Amino acid sequence: MIPATFEYHAPSNLKEAIRLLGEHNSGAKILAGGHSLLPMMKLRFAAPAHLIDLNRVPELKGIREQGGMIRIGAMTTENEIIASELLRTKCPLLPEAARQIADPQVRNCGTVGGDIAHGDPGNDHPAIALATEASFVLTGPKGERTVAADGFFLGTYSTQLQADEILTEIRVPAIGKGTGWAYCKLKRKTGDFATAAAAVQLQLDGNTCKKIVIALTNVAPTALKAKDAAALLTGKTIDDKLIEQAAQKVMSICDPAEDLRGDREYKTHMAAEMTRRAIRLALERAKGK
Amino acid sequence: MATTAERVEREAKLEGVGCARKRKEDPRFIQGKGNYVDDLKLPGTVFGVVVRSPYAHARIKSINKDKALKLPGVLAVLTANDLKPLKLHWMPTLAGDVQAVLADEKVCFQYQEVAMVIAENRYIAADGADLVEVEYEELPAVVDPHKALEPNAPVIRDDIKDKKEAGQGPRRHHNHIFTWEVGDKAGTDKVFQSAEVTVKQAMVNPRVHPCPLETCGCVASFDKVRGELTVYMTSQAPHVIRTVVSLLSGLPESKIRVVSPDIGGGFGNKVGVYPGYVCAIVASIVLGRPVKWIETRIENLATTAFARDYHLVGELAADKNGRIKALRVNVIADHGAFNSHAQPTKWPAGLFSICTGSYDIPVAHVKVDGVYTNKAPGGVAYRCSFRVTEAVHLIERMIDVLAQKLNVDKAEIRMRNFIKREQFPYTSALGWQYDSGDYHTALKKVLDAVNYPALRKEQEEKRKRGELMGIGLCTFTEIVGAGPTKACDILGIGMFDSAEIRVHPTGSVIARMGTITQGQGHATTYAQIIASELGLPSENIQIEEGDTSTAPYGLGTYGSRSTPVGGAATAMAARKIRDKARKIAAHLLEVPEGDLEWDIDRFKVKGVPGQEKTMKEIAWAAYNNVPEGMEMGLEAVDYYDPPNFTYPFGAYLAVVDIDRYTGETKVRRFYALDDCGTRINPMIIEGQIHGGLTEAFAVAMGQKLEFDEGGNLLSNSLMDYFVPTAAETPKWELDHTVTKSPHHPIGAKGVAESPHVGGIPCLNNAVVDAFAHLGVTDMEMPHTAYSVWKTIHKLGLDKR
Amino acid sequence: MAKTHISFNLNGRPVDVLAEPRELLIHVLREQLAHTGPHIGCETSHCGACTVDLNGRSVKSCTVLAVQAQGGNVLTVEGLATNGTLHPLQEEFMQQHGLQCGFCTPGMLVRAYRFLQENPNPSEEEIRTGMSGNICRCTGYQNIVKAVQHAAKRLQAAGGK
Repeated sequence: MIPATFEYHAPSNLKEAIRLLGEHNSGAKILAGGHSLLPMMKLRFAAPAHLIDLNRVPELKGIREQGGMIRIGAMTTENEIIASELLRTKCPLLPEAARQIADPQVRNCGTVGGDIAHGDPGNDHPAIALATEASFVLTGPKGERTVAADGFFLGTYSTQLQADEILTEIRVPAIGKGTGWAYCKLKRKTGDFATAAAAVQLQLDGNTCKKIVIALTNVAPTALKAKDAAALLTGKTIDDKLIEQAAQKVMSICDPAEDLRGDREYKTHMAAEMTRRAIRLALERAKGK
Repeated sequence: MATTAERVEREAKLEGVGCARKRKEDPRFIQGKGNYVDDLKLPGTVFGVVVRSPYAHARIKSINKDKALKLPGVLAVLTANDLKPLKLHWMPTLAGDVQAVLADEKVCFQYQEVAMVIAENRYIAADGADLVEVEYEELPAVVDPHKALEPNAPVIRDDIKDKKEAGQGPRRHHNHIFTWEVGDKAGTDKVFQSAEVTVKQAMVNPRVHPCPLETCGCVASFDKVRGELTVYMTSQAPHVIRTVVSLLSGLPESKIRVVSPDIGGGFGNKVGVYPGYVCAIVASIVLGRPVKWIETRIENLATTAFARDYHLVGELAADKNGRIKALRVNVIADHGAFNSHAQPTKWPAGLFSICTGSYDIPVAHVKVDGVYTNKAPGGVAYRCSFRVTEAVHLIERMIDVLAQKLNVDKAEIRMRNFIKREQFPYTSALGWQYDSGDYHTALKKVLDAVNYPALRKEQEEKRKRGELMGIGLCTFTEIVGAGPTKACDILGIGMFDSAEIRVHPTGSVIARMGTITQGQGHATTYAQIIASELGLPSENIQIEEGDTSTAPYGLGTYGSRSTPVGGAATAMAARKIRDKARKIAAHLLEVPEGDLEWDIDRFKVKGVPGQEKTMKEIAWAAYNNVPEGMEMGLEAVDYYDPPNFTYPFGAYLAVVDIDRYTGETKVRRFYALDDCGTRINPMIIEGQIHGGLTEAFAVAMGQKLEFDEGGNLLSNSLMDYFVPTAAETPKWELDHTVTKSPHHPIGAKGVAESPHVGGIPCLNNAVVDAFAHLGVTDMEMPHTAYSVWKTIHKLGLDKR
Repeated sequence: MAKTHISFNLNGRPVDVLAEPRELLIHVLREQLAHTGPHIGCETSHCGACTVDLNGRSVKSCTVLAVQAQGGNVLTVEGLATNGTLHPLQEEFMQQHGLQCGFCTPGMLVRAYRFLQENPNPSEEEIRTGMSGNICRCTGYQNIVKAVQHAAKRLQAAGGK
């Protein structure tokens, strides 16, 4: 469990980081929290010639609000997300999910940007980003571009992020009045990836569901947005019957890989079950219960 | 005249048996000053990394070590060919088989040892291991022991293909190792033929791993000038290891020193001799430098000492009232690629025949067949005495199955079948003589404590609402403290154990034992035994274990044998010292020995107040004023050969609630009553039980070494091999009764393994009980959410 | 591979080592700096035996590169006692029998030290989740939880710290 040799770079600003990435391109890996990459390197499943450590780039840190949008630096750690008062009130789904990721020590290192950029369907932030309708700022040698979370994830370990780009910021719209949220994650134990998880963010107008987004973790090659299920609930008063129909819709889009957490059937059923629970909890919260 | 208060105070000062004294070993651990094998830094140490097979079954076509040897800092690459001239490429196992040290022509399990790269440090060694090129020709693998016995199954062991036996009796198939039978077959079959009721149940104890937090490792250091070998290693049995190393290497035992320093948990994982140790020793002899080898977690889970993999079929015959008349058991035991299980040599299925349990069963028969598969070799006792967990699992499941068939309450059926207190000593149908027990009292105490009838009522109501609640019972009997040398040996060495106690002139004591602590707190508890026996404060009693150069020969610590055997040796050695002290006291007080009586920490002249000599005074006298003709000094050694095993028992009850939509099980309550006889240190006993229950929880609810059909180990890290954290672990409620062992010098029986042995069946029974009303009689362990959900889904309980 | 010069504060004292970039903090602490308190248990950041405090946060030093500690502050179990006086957590682990084989103990203590600064008055539930990055195979956690509870009380009584 010893990594192969590499050259280490610790840029002190984003410009330098982009330059280093451009220079070493395919031979380089970005080091964020390191809790996915370093174990892979220790197992020698990954052996980059260059490691570019973003931990000393201050502009990638921090959470702030600008024009109704919460901007989260990509190198913000899970524990910083949990501790953020701004997120607790404006984007509560993020801290709710972060609390269910890994364990306290790992949350001190693990970053939201690393979690998203890695493209691992087992990671939690992709579904959260989908559910909150977040967008990502990708910065490369030609400047930055902003892409929606919806469409960013292309496949397992594959995203729209180009080899010369760094994910630098996550932008999440602040929630409006009457919003409810929930992230329900079934996992075997502390530190495990989800067997299946569902993120729900919805907004009520009276008793009517004005808007709802449902996203799923680890039941397909990428995080999934359950659009048909959401469509079924939009504009309606959500009751048990509708929730059940939505759960069935969710099952129809799952395409999980079998592993020790369960076979395809189990994971598909669990995606539905987590969805039921997340919708119910989000509803309660929207109603201020 | 000594007042009661004065005597109480004197006794308390000793901190002897029964005292919850704080542990002597803690100060170094809480300050980061423990001394584990990987903490050692001998000058000039180099590092060995093992190159392992990616295949479960393959022929080795070639090994090319040129690239590795060219890497600066790589000192040597050992392969089977290098070990051949030393005849060390294969080594004998404790079970009469042989095991490849480094793969000789073929590999028989994934991660099998193929080469060892030795380099200046662990980083270069890892790089070097990456550069060793091995060409394999993959062969079909067999991982299921039933399939391994099919006529056309692949031949796993080419080396013994034509041999009619492999060390433990006749073989009947190329992948068959042994058949072991015990009991009265004809008598048992006869009872079954005419029984009013019979039940039959297949079940599996899946392959698991003890997974101590510290992996296995060693530092081997050969001094070429002196011709002496020192091996620091993570061993639960350093003296036996020294003997084995001597037999393998040809070095006399007097030139070998094996040291077990602090050990980061063992649980059975650190009993055996592993190829990594042998390679490190050879490398050190060749290079003349200390060689360190430390397993990674993957290597630990994948190669050293798995447990269980028992595939059992149990049958009970009974009358209509649920009185058991006979037990029949057939077992397929998967031992992996080499038969290197760690059991007393004459017992290929360990002490499995304790499987009649706590019940008075007139006749029984057990048959166990050992089988080779393309999986890692071994078969150790994971926090249990040899195969006792499997035995308890079997009988405790069977009695539940019988209760279900007869519609008798599961507590009631146990009460009806328990061996009664007045039947002890009790000889079981399979030949064990249970020393003592009081099962009815124990179970009743538990049922009262939890209000059992109320729990059953709650369960009944929940069942009507479709909710899943299970109540599990386990009333187990263990057999520990191996063991009487007439029955137990390892490679011909009887399983006695030893203590050597030396009292210094000032009354402080140093004592050394043949056992070795791995967290059990021997430095604390052995001192308590001596303190009570000798009347000297435990604070001044130093315990040392684990160094073969200083400690007397002993068989080590596993199978809960430290207290029953080592603890007995300690008491006996102390008594020899007290006998001598009595003579010295008589001499000092100028009275006949018969006039003296022992009082806590001194000898008194009967009926003459004030005429007394404390042990402290006697210790001083032992070095300057002894009776004529007596040797000076105050010390003794005892090699204790126990007359019998000890039989700790307990009554456990678990309540679980199961989420019918996810399959998740929550342990709402776990009540554990243990009877380990005399309780030496209640604090340590409770700690041991907490730990054992937590390991039981892990095994029952999540642990399994899972393989795919090609023999690839899927659960090879702590991501997939379940080890619970504080967040998952239930809270434990403890209770006890005390039924002293009649043959143990202080009446103690051993305790650390009971909670594991009893806890697994208890949790297993609780989960199955949640579905018992639906006709379910067994469910596959471990009871992960996924696994439980499969039962739920099959029964349609998750319908909305 | 060329070695890098790395300086940081270890338990309040400046240290200075030469290490390859790939060297893990745990290896540098144990092998170059003779701080063998933190241990290696799983290597995949699950067990927490290697837990140290880096710049005021608990981290798993098997999954941190030594170069990442450059200029930082590292606290290990060896730095918990002050002037020969044990930290209340060390005392309470001993009093409540919160350890057996001792292998997980340094990581547990260092994590608990930081946890009680983050949450000085935790509930049992909070202790169990706050300590869930550390595995113990011996104790079953019950006495570890108790030790943390008792230490919290003592620290509170002493006015934090």
